[in-house]
Amino acid sequence: MKVGLFIPCYIDQFYPKVAVATLELLEKLGCEVVFPLNQTCCGQPMANSGFASLSEGCDKNFVANFGEVDHIVSPSGSCVLHVKEHLHDQDEIKAAYIRKHIYELTEFIVDVLKVENITASFPHKVGMHISCHGQRGLNLSSMSELSAPSFSKPAYLLNMVKGLQLSEPKRVDECCGFGGTFCVFEEAVSVKMGKDRITEHAVNEVEYITGGDVSCLMHLEGILKRQGSKVKTIHIAEILNSD
Amino acid sequence: MNPKNFNRLFFVPIQGASLSHSAAAEIFNKDESRTDWHDETLWFVREKRDKAVRQIAEWEQLRSLGSTIKDHTLSNLDNYLAEFEKNAQANGIKVHWAIDAEEHNEIILKIIRDQKVEQVVKSKSMLTEECHLNDYLAKRGVEVVDTDLGERIVQFRNEPPSHIVLPAIHLKKQDVSETFHEHLGTEKGNNDPQYLTEAARQHLRTKFIHSQLAITGVNFAIASTGGFVVCTNEGNADMGAHAAKIHIACMGIEKIIPNAEHLGVFLRLLARSATGQPITTYSSHFHQPRVGQQMHIIIVDNGRTKQLGRPDFRSSLKCIRCAACFNTCPVYRRSGGHSYHTAVAGPIGSILNPNLDMKANADLPFASTLCGSCSNVCPVKIDIHVQLYKWRQELVSEGYTATGKKVAMKGMAFVLSHPSIYRVAGKMGRWMMRVFPFIINNKSLNPWYKQREMPEAPKQSFRDWYKKNKQ
Repeated sequence: MKVGLFIPCYIDQFYPKVAVATLELLEKLGCEVVFPLNQTCCGQPMANSGFASLSEGCDKNFVANFGEVDHIVSPSGSCVLHVKEHLHDQDEIKAAYIRKHIYELTEFIVDVLKVENITASFPHKVGMHISCHGQRGLNLSSMSELSAPSFSKPAYLLNMVKGLQLSEPKRVDECCGFGGTFCVFEEAVSVKMGKDRITEHAVNEVEYITGGDVSCLMHLEGILKRQGSKVKTIHIAEILNSD
Repeated sequence: MNPKNFNRLFFVPIQGASLSHSAAAEIFNKDESRTDWHDETLWFVREKRDKAVRQIAEWEQLRSLGSTIKDHTLSNLDNYLAEFEKNAQANGIKVHWAIDAEEHNEIILKIIRDQKVEQVVKSKSMLTEECHLNDYLAKRGVEVVDTDLGERIVQFRNEPPSHIVLPAIHLKKQDVSETFHEHLGTEKGNNDPQYLTEAARQHLRTKFIHSQLAITGVNFAIASTGGFVVCTNEGNADMGAHAAKIHIACMGIEKIIPNAEHLGVFLRLLARSATGQPITTYSSHFHQPRVGQQMHIIIVDNGRTKQLGRPDFRSSLKCIRCAACFNTCPVYRRSGGHSYHTAVAGPIGSILNPNLDMKANADLPFASTLCGSCSNVCPVKIDIHVQLYKWRQELVSEGYTATGKKVAMKGMAFVLSHPSIYRVAGKMGRWMMRVFPFIINNKSLNPWYKQREMPEAPKQSFRDWYKKNKQ
C-alpha cells in the first residue's frame, strides 16, 4: 500500500521529530511511505482567517504532490480536515480523490490498517488532549455534547502501549485555545484556555500531555515552558513509535 | 513597533463600540479569579444540560425533528405568517408589522401615547434589546421597568444583559447586594440571596400592580391557532400581562411554528438546552385578550428577511434563543457577554450580528477557535461553527479586514504556494530564531511570546532529514 506522507509546514520546520516518528511508525506497520518533496501547506492558515480565496496556490501544489498515491496520511487532524472540506483544483477528479483518501494518522491505523497490536512501550503517566478538528470534524472520538456511545480511536491505540497510564482531564474535550491565528489575535483568551487545560491535566499528575495535533501541543508546550512546568508535550506518533 | 501600531495594522476598528472583542476580552481576563468564576458558573449550566439531555433516549432525534420543523417553516414563512395574522386577528388580537427596529419602537410609543400610559413593565425579550427599546422610550420620557430579576439588576446598573437567558450572569451576589443597596435600600453588605430576591420581589410587586401596559417577548407563535407561548422561570411575563390592561407581545418573524403539536418538540428542547430543566417553570399560552384588555402583537423583520436570503446563513434563523452555545463556548465563558458589544452575544450572536451591521461586527466571527462545540449542543442543529468560517470569508471579500492582516496573508500565501521559496524562508526563519531570538522573543511585537515560549528551532527540517536518510 503506497502512502503519501503529508507533513504540515510547521511540523516540517519546528517538529521534524514528529514527522520522523510518523514515517517510522507507518513503515513498521507495513506501509510503503513516500514523502513528496515539494509539499508545503494545506492552506488552512489563510482560509481560517477569511482568505480562502488566497489558498488556490496551496491547493494546486497539494494536488500536484499527492495526486499519485493510494492514501494520504498526516499527523494532524486539523490539516486533514481542512483538505477534506476545502481542497479544490482545476483537476477536480484528483482533488476529489484526495479529499476522500486523506486520513489523520490514528484514523488510518485503526480504520484502514485495522491494527490490533502495537509493540510500543512508554511507561509514563500520560494525559490525553483531544483536538477539536480531529474529534468533531473527523469523528476520531465521541463528543461530550452528543447523546451517543463513547469511543476513541487515539485512546484505543494508546491503551495498547506497554506501561502507559492514560488519563483524561475533567472536561474531556474542551478546546485548548490554539485556534490558528486566534492564538495571536485573541491572545488573552487563547492563553487562558490553554492554562485551564494544563491545570486539569496537572490534577492527574501527568508527566506528558499527548494528542493528535502538534499545533495544540505547541501552544500548550509554550505555556508549560513559560510556567517552568516539568510536564512535557508529546505527539501520539512519538509514543506509538517508542520502543 | 509599539503595541498601538500593531493593533492599528492588524485589527479593524469597531465602529460605534469602544472596543473590539479581543481588546475587551483582554481586559476581562485581567482578573483571572473572576474569569475562572465566570467560566465555572457557565460550565455548571452546560453540565446540567448534559445530564438533562441524557435522560431522554431520543434526544438526538428530537434535535433533528426540531431542525426539520424549523427548516420547513423558514421555507414557508410567508404563508405561515399570513395564516398566523389571520387567526390572531380572528381571536381579537391586533397585529402590527415592523420592517425594522425603529418602526417597532414607534409602534410601541404610539400605543403608549394613544392610551396615555405612564407605567410600563416588560418581561425578557431579546428582540426589544436588539431594537434598543428601553433607550428609545427613555429618551421620550417613558420609563420601562424590566421585571425579569436578572434584567432588573442590569437595568439598575445601566448595563446591557451579558447573556440572553441569564442576563446578570457576569455579576456576583456581592455586586447584586451593592446594586440593591443603592437602588432598593437593602442592608449594606447583606449578600444573602434569599434576602436580596425577597427585596426584588417586593419591589417588583408594586410595579406589577401599578402597571398599565405589559410588554413581553414571544418564544413560539402558532400559525394554525393565532396564539403564542411565552416561557419564563419567574412568572413575571404572566404577572405583567395579567395585571395590565394592555399587553404587547414582540416577536421576530422567525418565531412562527406551524401547529400547537410542535410545542411538544420545542418546549422539550428549549429548557433542557438552556438550563437543564425538563421544562420552564411557566410556559404560558396566550390566545386572546380577556374582557376589557387589549392585546397587540408586533411582528418584526429587522434584517431577518435579508438573512433568509443569504443561502449560507439562513439557517441561523432557526435559533430558539436557548443560549446552550453560550454556555458551552470556551471563548464566551472566558470573555464575558459584554465583550461581544451586541444584544445577542456568544457564538449565535457572532453569526447573526454581521447580518445587521458587517462593519460594526466584523470582529465577532473571529472570536472563536472553530472548535465546533456550539453546533453540537444546538437544539435545532444550526451549523454555527461552519457559519463562523463562512462569515470570515464574507467579511474579507467585502473588505472588512485590516491592512496588515491582508498583507501578511498575501505574503504567506505566496510563500506557501512556491515550494522553493518556502524551503528558503523556513531555513531563514529557523536560523533567525536561533541566532537572533530577541527579535522573536519580544512581548510587544509578538503576541505569542507574551505568555508563551516559542518552539525551539531545529537545525534541520524534516525535509532535510528525509533527503539525507531516505533518499
